Amino acid sequence: MSELSDSNMATNQHTSDDIVFEAKDLKINAVRDDRSELPIVKGVSFKVKRGEVVALIGESGSGKTTISLSALGYCKPGLKFAGGQALLLREDVTSKSVAELRPIRGEKVAYLAQSAAATFNPSILINEQVTEAPVLHGSKTQEEADKKALALYKALELPDPENIGSRYPHQVSGGQLQRLMAAMALCGDPDLLVLDEPTTALDVTTQIEVLKAFKHVIKEEGAAAIYVTHDLAVVAQIADHIVVLYNGEVKEAGPTDVIINNPVHPYTKRLMAAIKPLPEAGQGETSSDEHLRADAALEVRTVDAGYGRVRNGKPAVQVLRDVNVAIQRGKTVGVIGESGCGKSTLARVMAGLLPPSAGDVLLDGDVLPASIRARSVDQLRKVQFVYQMADTALNPRQRIKDILGRPVEFYGIAKGRDIKKRVDELLELVELPLQFAERYPHELSGGQKQRVNLARALAANPEVVLCDEVTSALDTIVGANVLELLKRLRRELGVSFVFISHDLSTVASFADEVVVLYAGRVAEQGPTDRVLAPPYHPYTRLLISSVPETRIGWLEESAQSKEALSAAQVEVKLTDKGCPFHNRCPMAIEGTCAEIDPPRRIGKNGHVIECHLEFDGLS
Amino acid sequence: MSDHNDHYVAEFDEGVSFDELPDAAPSDKFRFSFTGWIGVIVVTFWIFVAVLGPFIAPYGENDLPFPDAYSEFQKPQPGAWLGTDDSDRDVLSRLMYGAGRTMGISFLATCLAYFIGVVLGIGAAVSSPKVDMVVSRINDALLSLPSIMLGLVVVAAVGSSIPVLIITAGVIYSSIIFRLSRALGMEIKVTDFVEAAQARGEGRWWIITREIWPNARMPLITDFGLRLIYVILFISSLSFLGLGVQPPQADWGSMVRENLGALQYGESIFAVIAPALSIATLTVAINLIVDDVSAHSGGRLSNRL
Repeated sequence: MSELSDSNMATNQHTSDDIVFEAKDLKINAVRDDRSELPIVKGVSFKVKRGEVVALIGESGSGKTTISLSALGYCKPGLKFAGGQALLLREDVTSKSVAELRPIRGEKVAYLAQSAAATFNPSILINEQVTEAPVLHGSKTQEEADKKALALYKALELPDPENIGSRYPHQVSGGQLQRLMAAMALCGDPDLLVLDEPTTALDVTTQIEVLKAFKHVIKEEGAAAIYVTHDLAVVAQIADHIVVLYNGEVKEAGPTDVIINNPVHPYTKRLMAAIKPLPEAGQGETSSDEHLRADAALEVRTVDAGYGRVRNGKPAVQVLRDVNVAIQRGKTVGVIGESGCGKSTLARVMAGLLPPSAGDVLLDGDVLPASIRARSVDQLRKVQFVYQMADTALNPRQRIKDILGRPVEFYGIAKGRDIKKRVDELLELVELPLQFAERYPHELSGGQKQRVNLARALAANPEVVLCDEVTSALDTIVGANVLELLKRLRRELGVSFVFISHDLSTVASFADEVVVLYAGRVAEQGPTDRVLAPPYHPYTRLLISSVPETRIGWLEESAQSKEALSAAQVEVKLTDKGCPFHNRCPMAIEGTCAEIDPPRRIGKNGHVIECHLEFDGLS
Repeated sequence: MSDHNDHYVAEFDEGVSFDELPDAAPSDKFRFSFTGWIGVIVVTFWIFVAVLGPFIAPYGENDLPFPDAYSEFQKPQPGAWLGTDDSDRDVLSRLMYGAGRTMGISFLATCLAYFIGVVLGIGAAVSSPKVDMVVSRINDALLSLPSIMLGLVVVAAVGSSIPVLIITAGVIYSSIIFRLSRALGMEIKVTDFVEAAQARGEGRWWIITREIWPNARMPLITDFGLRLIYVILFISSLSFLGLGVQPPQADWGSMVRENLGALQYGESIFAVIAPALSIATLTVAINLIVDDVSAHSGGRLSNRL
């Protein structure tokens, strides 16, 4: 106890040489099956002072998570500390036993994992889990811990802080759970907080709230933090220092403004270059019209769809409500919206994986049978689906040549020996070496798997490729490479793409047309340059303003905007009448927006906004 | 990085490209632990005995080593290294004859159980909910009957013979395999790669044999060793109760039963200890191997069981 209050006093003074954590020439090796060792972390040094946030950034495989875990004296199975020191409050934690580490973990250092949903036990009340560590360590009584938790809920701007603790994890939203996880970590007054990609899985709109809460609470508690991420824009908002890692080595390190504004090392420069520009009109690479025909390649007309048993033409949970989208030949339609808005549902309807409860799907102007079983082989071939997670979308027990060869054989595109030739062509098309044909998916990196995933769809010689968040799970640089590949394929093959993403910047640079979905309804749609320029639908405006800029101080500005303020703390909610966005809209009209379906206002070049406000009012 | 606020830049060569870092390669190489090796040695030994036993046994299955000096449960001595049993037959020879029978019946019964269980289980997983419902409920009924009781009733009604034993044990144990393979099938059926195959238009046969089976195979093979142990114990129990392998044929379970008297008034207890130890060593050794294999496949199977 006395030690703890001492450290709290030190907190308030912010003494200049108060180093909470220091990595000194830290080396970590992976132990192979044959007991030989492979260096993963190759002598990394950095310091974290009290009240300071140090960001470790790098791609997956750069060792950033491994390094951050060393602050807890922890190595993942198969890894071992091979040299150097990890000094937590001047004590080397790499040489401590589990029993010696137990009083340190949760008390002096706390860890925030990427997924709050996986961190919380679903069957225990939130407050009990938040207060568990300090009570268990005996540093706080239950009452003290409850008081601390309440203060943290307030500091983290959680709604209804008095009662949120007596809920179960599934009763709060994802963004709230992420903040509750921060409360859990901070409840024991740790000196050091280790955050591992805590906002990566969140929507941009939620990310702002969570980042703001994290930043506020870290400063207020006077804790130090190690923030692990691959997102430079996030780092610019929250970190005081940046350590750039590549392949287990520090490539560049320094204060945030230096690294962001004057990067020197080519790798840092490359990371900066991979940052997507802010979504604006005129970024799109316009695709040529040479492939256009009278009929759209794929069209959905007045589609309703949802999940559960269909009664009276309505599914138990209706997601899509009266959606109309047409994809012209050789063109790309981007679909954007937060999670829970029906983006994937729309893609599944197009692919035939989810029959719509009303409306039609048309291919080349002909109505497609709703269910996949009723479609002909040729109809199936023309529409191909690319899954978000290449890890689960590729059969782990099939070689790449079989994964790619099967659609070629199945759709009768080639026979016998020609199959192998076609597989080689496909590998070349997605810029993979030919010897990959003999490999299994787990022998490839994340980006390479995603290329195979894409190649499988292209193997069918499709007319429409549905891409569901294909770059979302990838690192910035890898994602940018995959996007370049998609652009090339579109130019060369004349394939139409439906590109689903929650990342507005990606869509802005790639799509000819954009559909903004909110809670299963089209809020706005039209040519990319029209959608990304005023007049905006209020939801589009919120999305655009939420895309983080790689600029120090952006977070504070944007969090004060009226869009962010009125949208904060409100979740996406499916409605069966009116405009579903009314409860987050800064311009909502009392009594109208919630009750009456908004009219479809048609502007120039097929630009459509569904809103009760006129175009003039939206500019 | 001398001072904290310094701007540190690592040395670099212009023009070096930064390749995509590979994902950590999973260690796919399988290695036995020390205990695993013990298991392998013991199991190999027993397989050797089971196959060659009848050819290298010192006496025939029902021959008396000392026809001139008849006495039950004689001590181990030259000519009968494990002593003699209740009818003064050589325990070692009977053990060697019985090894093949006990292990053979159990192995065939387990194979049968797997064939029935896997075909119906994965079949039910990919079938319509109605078919799945019917097959699963019938299976539940079978599962609800105590296996040894069911075995006793069947064998008592039909009469004991080796084919009857194999079929009975196979059918009884297929219900557990059914549950396991159905659960695995269900789990794999909802993965993206199976959905991708369905979206491609693949038929049910392709999905079962090419998408689901290769992924269900490994955990099911791991379970095979474990299930074999239960079947060995089941067959031995039936034999012990007198409804398994019939005298004068030797089998480990029936040897334990025949020679129970040795515990009370025999000169030597080897006649009952030797077959009991044989069952124990074989089952423990198989378990040691299974432990290693399931640890290699991520212990997922042990969680599921």
